[in-house]
Amino acid sequence: MGFLDISNVTKTYGNVEVLHRVDISVQEGEFLVLVGPSGCGKSTLLNMIAGLEGITSGDISINGRVVNGVHPSKRNIAMVFQSYALYPNMTVAQNMTFGLEMHGVPKPERDKALADVAKLLQIENLLDRKPGQLSGGQRQRVAMGRALVRDPDVFLFDEPLSNLDAKLRVDMRTEIKRLHENLKTTIVYVTHDQIEAMTLSTRIAVMYQGYVQQLGTPKEIYDKPANVYVATFMGSPAMNVVKAKVAMREGAPHALVTGHDGTDHALRFSQDNLAEWDGREILLGIRPEAITDPDGADRNSNNIVPITNRIEVIEPSGADTFVTMKLGGRDVIARMRADADVATGRDFTFAVNMEKAVAFDPATELRIQP
Amino acid sequence: MAAVTQDTAIRTGRITRTFIYLVLVLFALFYLLPLYVMVANSLKPLGEITGGNMMALPGTWTIEPWLAAWSTAQIGVEPTGLKPYFLNSILMVVPAVAISTVLGALNGYVLTKWRFPGDNILFGLMLFSCFIPFQIVLIPMATILGKMGLAGSIPGLVLVHVVYGIGFTTLYYRNYYAAFPTELVRAAMIDGAGFFRIFWRILLPVSGPITVVSVIWQFTNIWNDFLFGASFGGQSQPMTVALNNLVQSSTGVKEYNVHFAGAILAALPTLLVYVVAGRYFVRGLMAGSVKG
Ligand SMILES: Nc1ncnc2c1ncn2[C@@H]1O[C@H](COP(=O)(O)OP(=O)(O)O)[C@@H](O)[C@H]1O
Ligand SMILES: [Mg+2]
Repeated sequence: MGFLDISNVTKTYGNVEVLHRVDISVQEGEFLVLVGPSGCGKSTLLNMIAGLEGITSGDISINGRVVNGVHPSKRNIAMVFQSYALYPNMTVAQNMTFGLEMHGVPKPERDKALADVAKLLQIENLLDRKPGQLSGGQRQRVAMGRALVRDPDVFLFDEPLSNLDAKLRVDMRTEIKRLHENLKTTIVYVTHDQIEAMTLSTRIAVMYQGYVQQLGTPKEIYDKPANVYVATFMGSPAMNVVKAKVAMREGAPHALVTGHDGTDHALRFSQDNLAEWDGREILLGIRPEAITDPDGADRNSNNIVPITNRIEVIEPSGADTFVTMKLGGRDVIARMRADADVATGRDFTFAVNMEKAVAFDPATELRIQP
Repeated sequence: MAAVTQDTAIRTGRITRTFIYLVLVLFALFYLLPLYVMVANSLKPLGEITGGNMMALPGTWTIEPWLAAWSTAQIGVEPTGLKPYFLNSILMVVPAVAISTVLGALNGYVLTKWRFPGDNILFGLMLFSCFIPFQIVLIPMATILGKMGLAGSIPGLVLVHVVYGIGFTTLYYRNYYAAFPTELVRAAMIDGAGFFRIFWRILLPVSGPITVVSVIWQFTNIWNDFLFGASFGGQSQPMTVALNNLVQSSTGVKEYNVHFAGAILAALPTLLVYVVAGRYFVRGLMAGSVKG
């Protein structure tokens, strides 16, 4: 039993099932991020937690109480909407205290809560303005303030940063993280941005086509993706996934991948369990940062495999230089230090950190578990 | 070179503009002509009209015809003037406009923010009511008013106009509220506001433009209605019916000056509404059409 339990929850619209048997248990004080592409059902799930959408089957409970039929205002939740949803005819102060007023909180208490939150978010000077007179970032703050004054059991955020410009988004991200670290309130946060998911969460649920593909800590999701979808969705540039064949060499399983000229490179796996895949095809997953120039290779790794291959494209990005080569017939991206000595068309020795490599079953696309 | 062409451009621009304004002024005068005739003739003694030129300004200015039209002229058989009927119209229009507007707003709110199965069909049926000609409903309406004991009374007229207007007001508010972000309603629900509180505190404060549209539309239609007034007015006939009776009254000479004054009196309230709120009317129509 967690603080917020989503058990076996399904949602159908008409005959279309948009959420399939979702099971998520959130502990008190956790920051859960629901991440996935547009249309995967994140908002629907969040709205079901809020009580804005009905639950077709299954149970949702908050703080030990099943809330399936409970009105949104009686669930002790607060929500921050993508559009901020500030009441246009009310001042910032009225916006923020409307919920308390509706819940019959006396005026002196409302004013106290308002003052505290306004101070926390540094919006004291905005309290008399109307939402129309605020910038995007200020509206965002007010929307958060409105949620904070309620002091709820659970905060629900639906893509709160997606209407902000890039710089402000990063700042607000940090601020939300700091708020959570100070307040320790349980948060469920929806985003389609995998970087937001990685930076903010204590746990991530990756969703796709109405299924929770994987639920885990950011590190688990990143290093041990449950399937090819999760592996390629999380991380930028995406994980390289190439066809490979397993072969036993010197008693250890190796991945055989073809280079640009058709010759096979043998990459020794760190996982022994792949021995049983001897002679069969797999999908080999390697993140760009696990393929480097030899000097940039991870010194703590026990399994760096050098392979020589032709450089096809070079893309400097300032901090790093991304280099594209061909493996198994696919473009594979390697992440070099900015000053790595690379040139297009040249053969180059790449260092592959096979400790970080993962293997997927090509039939099911599930990760082959050690 | 450049200076010369620019000069010519400005000059031809000025010529076309003068021409356009001239045409516009002519049109405006043409359209104002009936009003001029009515006002001018309502301020002359009757002799000047029957003996002279309709287009001429009054030789002797008098407000006698206005006073007569208002309080002493023969309406049918009674020499009451239009005054009591004006009151009837007010007593009919104000509640009818208020009730139909409030109901339209509530309907629009429900049809956009509290959707239910079949809501679009219901809305379609309400829209359909806008297109039913008055004549078709006269007899069923008379039967129903009779059964309700409202025949020939002002409440009866109010009911008729509310029923007839509700399709239009619902259409206005539904389209207006369709553009209102549903997330705001959801936020208010989470904040703990109920059905009416959300309507009153969140939607109504931003409904000004469409309310002006609804009020003007309903006011003009109900004030100007003749058919329902004549059919169901009974002893409580509205201004339009009384004006007809004034003009058509067959006893004595036709007092054209009084008729003109009466007609202006009958048109005055709608004119006033347009002058006061016309600007918002256009703005509200635009808001509805662009967003809806
Ligand atoms: N009211 C609705 N009626 C029918 N289908 C809906 C409704 N709301 C959402 N959906 C469908 O449910 C799926 C999930 O939607 P949503 O939760 O909004 O996705 P996300 O927030 O992840 O982008 C989508 O395929 C969407 O088309
Ligand atoms: Mg969404």
